[in-house]
Amino acid sequence: MEPILQVQNLNYIYSAGTPFEHQALQDVSFSVSRGEFIGIIGHTGSGKSTLMQQLNGLLKPTSGTILLDGKDIWSDKKLTRQARFRVGLVFQYPEYQLFEETVYKDIAFGPKNMGLSYEEIDRRVRDAAATVGLTEQQLQVSPFDLSGGQKRRVAIAGVIAMEPEVLILDEPTAGLDPRGREEILKNIEDYRRTHNATVMMVSHSMDDVARLTDRLLVLNGSRLVMDGSPAEVFARSEELIEMGLNIPQVTRVFLELKAMGLDVEPVYTIDQAVAVLKTLRGGAAKC
Amino acid sequence: MGEIINVEHLAYTYPGVDDTPGVAVFKDLNLRVDAGSFVAVLGGNGCGKSTLAKHFNSILLPCGGKVWVSGMDTSDENKLIAIRRSVGMVFQNPDNQIVANVVEEDVAFGPENLGISSAEIRRRVDHALKQVGMSKYAKHAPHLLSGGQKQRIAIAGIIAMEPKCIVLDEPTAMLDPRGRREVMETVTKLNREKGITIVLITHHMDEAAQAQRVVVMHRGEIAADGKPEEVFSQVELLHRLGLAAPESVELCYELNREGFDLPLDRLNEKECAKALFEAIQK
Repeated sequence: MEPILQVQNLNYIYSAGTPFEHQALQDVSFSVSRGEFIGIIGHTGSGKSTLMQQLNGLLKPTSGTILLDGKDIWSDKKLTRQARFRVGLVFQYPEYQLFEETVYKDIAFGPKNMGLSYEEIDRRVRDAAATVGLTEQQLQVSPFDLSGGQKRRVAIAGVIAMEPEVLILDEPTAGLDPRGREEILKNIEDYRRTHNATVMMVSHSMDDVARLTDRLLVLNGSRLVMDGSPAEVFARSEELIEMGLNIPQVTRVFLELKAMGLDVEPVYTIDQAVAVLKTLRGGAAKC
Repeated sequence: MGEIINVEHLAYTYPGVDDTPGVAVFKDLNLRVDAGSFVAVLGGNGCGKSTLAKHFNSILLPCGGKVWVSGMDTSDENKLIAIRRSVGMVFQNPDNQIVANVVEEDVAFGPENLGISSAEIRRRVDHALKQVGMSKYAKHAPHLLSGGQKQRIAIAGIIAMEPKCIVLDEPTAMLDPRGRREVMETVTKLNREKGITIVLITHHMDEAAQAQRVVVMHRGEIAADGKPEEVFSQVELLHRLGLAAPESVELCYELNREGFDLPLDRLNEKECAKALFEAIQK
């Protein structure tokens, strides 16, 4: 499949030439295809946020290139501007960035900046609101009268309304209860499916990334240290723990079972664990 | 050992703005917290967890009923300072809780307001930083620390007030796994070694599982209350309330629906693996 985004030998140094000089990204290369759901994991300071901001041109690489549809986003001013619309960024706690009088206006802010027609803006606002489960009525209220979970949805809708081909989210479920978490994750998955968009999600919840994504990128000490399917990544549990990361609890249960002498492959979701254990018991019954 | 917090028939309604009616959170809530215990409070967003916590040190005052802290009525203005000395609060976002440019000055902020001698403040600050394992950062700038470190500084600021009870409102929501572990280790240690009562509000089931008691709230009422094993084994109730049990329990629950007969009180992976191993060997 044709890659939508290619990152080649990316380096980024903060405050270069000052005593605070810090290399946040070191020789990072990877490419992502349309429609992929990718999880980005790594502890605080590993370079995740810096990487996110490189991908839509908010930060300029110290060296290396970022290609969007095969074109270097820094080769031409027009392309840089386009990258900011085509690659949508949802920051951590995006609800703190709401500012408009009504939910409708807040969601419309992005599409308006793209210079779209009034009809097109209206369609996009309504589509985006529907994707995140906001009602017609809620579009007319002040975003500040909504609950925390609803505000988060308005903020996400504001980015979705720009209909980005790549949607990048930094911890979209932080601070939400399990139900709120499920709903937001479902909204994101719906957007990915209906628009064949690429989703890149930064998360500390290993359970969530294990369940939802096709592929994981692991950052540690400014470098991309793992790039593979959840199965491949969680098979290297010891390394993840060493990096200060967590692994899903079911994976840990299975590591215990293995230590007890049971011949099981590592799993990382409850569904997989149920399937494996069912056959194990079935197998024992036949003997 | 008596109770440190006693909530009796608490009623609370957030006042409405202009002509809009207020939002009733509690109608008749009762809860006692034993001195020296470690209680986790779970519940969906909007269930009243944070509103309750704010009643524990007179940030909010009851519309009906009473809240007692160490026998003091939280609506008694004369007791306000004594109550706030007894119960310290730590909030979700560490950046909103740090006031000074140097770590040790930030930790000293609380005790300075208590009007105690500077020698005593020095002693308390050093002690508090040691408790949270941040002594070597005493002269650092707080904004250059990691989230977990900042949250530990916020906890040190509370410890320096020498409270009997610390209420933490989702203290790890913004932290990565390492930061979360640091905060949880600090809190557990303060409870075990110093006998400080801990009330931990959280969305993380694995954190709640580390408490001695778990209280589940739903729409301003208490939906479940007991030891972690007792509360988390009520998987269907938790699901109905939009919550979940730790994955180890969820796994056993799913397997039971497939004909297994597993206990639902295995909160850690070792215990869970043991139960699974036995079930398969049968």
